[in-house]
Amino acid sequence: MAIKVLQAGLATTVQDAGRTGYYHLGIPLSGALDQYSFRAANLLLGNPEDAAALEMTMLGPKLEFTQDALIALTGANLPAKLDGVDIANYEVVAVKAGSVLSFGYLKDGVRGYLAVAGGIDVPVVLGSRSTYILGAMGGFCGRKLQAGDVLPVGVATGPSHLGRKLPEQLKPVFPKDVHVRVLPGLYFHWLTEASGKSFFDDTWRVGPEADRIGYRFKGGRALEFAPRERPFGAGSDPSNIVDAGYPVGSIQVPGGLEPIMLHRDAISGGGYAMIGTVISADMDLVAQLQPNFRTQFVAVDMAQALAARAQSKQRLIDLRATLKT
Amino acid sequence: MSLPPARYSFGGDEHIFVELNTEMSLEAFFKGMSITNAIAQRKIVGVTEICPANAAYQVRFDPDLIAPDKLLETLQSIESELGDSALDLNTRIIEIPVFYNDPWTNETLLRFRERHQEPTSTDLEYGARINGYASVDAFIAAHAASPWFVSMVGFVAGLPFMFQMVEREKQIQVPKYLRPRTDTPKLTIGHGGCFSCIYSVRGAGGYQMFGITPAPIFDPQQALPYLKDFMVFFRPGDIVKFKPMNRVEYDAALAQVQDGTFDLRIRPVKFALQDFLKNPTTYNHQLTETLYGN
Repeated sequence: MAIKVLQAGLATTVQDAGRTGYYHLGIPLSGALDQYSFRAANLLLGNPEDAAALEMTMLGPKLEFTQDALIALTGANLPAKLDGVDIANYEVVAVKAGSVLSFGYLKDGVRGYLAVAGGIDVPVVLGSRSTYILGAMGGFCGRKLQAGDVLPVGVATGPSHLGRKLPEQLKPVFPKDVHVRVLPGLYFHWLTEASGKSFFDDTWRVGPEADRIGYRFKGGRALEFAPRERPFGAGSDPSNIVDAGYPVGSIQVPGGLEPIMLHRDAISGGGYAMIGTVISADMDLVAQLQPNFRTQFVAVDMAQALAARAQSKQRLIDLRATLKT
Repeated sequence: MSLPPARYSFGGDEHIFVELNTEMSLEAFFKGMSITNAIAQRKIVGVTEICPANAAYQVRFDPDLIAPDKLLETLQSIESELGDSALDLNTRIIEIPVFYNDPWTNETLLRFRERHQEPTSTDLEYGARINGYASVDAFIAAHAASPWFVSMVGFVAGLPFMFQMVEREKQIQVPKYLRPRTDTPKLTIGHGGCFSCIYSVRGAGGYQMFGITPAPIFDPQQALPYLKDFMVFFRPGDIVKFKPMNRVEYDAALAQVQDGTFDLRIRPVKFALQDFLKNPTTYNHQLTETLYGN
């Protein structure tokens, strides 16, 4: 069983739950940026929750299936057609051998997930099938899909769940104006008091440079770092620190100009002061932000971050319970 | 030099970031090495990543398995237990051949001149001038003369940050590009702040470019002998000695890389920080003897 890539789409990669244990050598977490949608696709099919799937970005691919298969589409609303006929997202759909899956224009969100019963069966590299593009490793040949690629699909072992749908209340929503919760810290105290405030007061917009490595934000006032003696080894800009590790989700502001938030393909470290970190509960939300969407950063404390985490974990527990068997 | 107490800060609900000192020093790096080794030995449930950096470290954890405050306390107690105890490091010294002032980094730096502090000179000319060297050759000789400590691995897969093992007043320092380049040749020797690096993959970068090595240091295919154990070659604590090479030697080495016969000179060595700090010049001489002796 295989999937032939007829057109690649904008940035289609194989992703799973991610790669743990190598961040200290610069190899990032990787994995589906919107983990909830990714897991929903697998659970609908009865796959292991962390089976490898395709992450599609804004513009979907065109794919031909060599054998009968069951698929599920989740995440961004990329209207799908099977041999030219509309098919639904968040529903297990049967695909016949020789059928072609294609996608129309993106309606909301950014990243859609296509899971196949049996999972995408690329080799496991350092414990994961996820693609890490900068390192040219994992996924399919360590890169985005290209026309002509043939993706191996694993054997589905469980019962068929053909026709199973995700209840409406368990579907994620992708709003245009979002609040992204941030735990201030790291080098936040290097900012002037006014900049520490304006970062949270201003409305930012997602810049065009928004990818799996990070999201750049524009439109807020420039941030100022309070004058201080340059630490030895840090470099000459007021936003420079002695190169250190970057938390996944951390926000840095090179030159004080545009905040950059790192996502799951994060560069693992560098020399720019980080002023806080997006909480784990809001990482999926950021993954679905389109360029130019309005973003308000909201400061929270650890208790609030953990409460939000418990809430999103509960959502996943509900998802698993609903799609059990 | 004694260090101030470390500064602890949460990076969201899944990381603790620990700044051992705001400025770079071997003492801060060694403190980070001994703390992160101790954390690894304790096998703390819920800790998923332990990342030493130059003068800092961070730990990634699952707060469903260990409460953030509990982990913070554990890290603080490890810091106070270890105190300022000096660490002797069993490590290795590695010779990295470098084709300084090569055509590929020169071609690249010309493409990004408008992002540079001094568009009329090359990165090497600029580095030599602001560090007080009479010529590019003298500057290259200084870069290659003393060993360097790998004080962090990261940014991208397998990229080593290296700290020059000389007295602070002799350390080479250069600012990063005004705006980062969008391209850097693979295996470029870069320098920013007080750190040299080797770009393990082609890509964006802001460090000044001094040369290029033929030696791959990250390869998911693990084609060369010294990458058989793992696809990433460098570890924090490695010691590097650069060796200048010319075009003919570079091309010969590259041919060996391509046919899979290229190897690196690597020797085990024990490093004692206190002995080094007492007399860096003598100590470096001994390190070099270890590398080239039998």
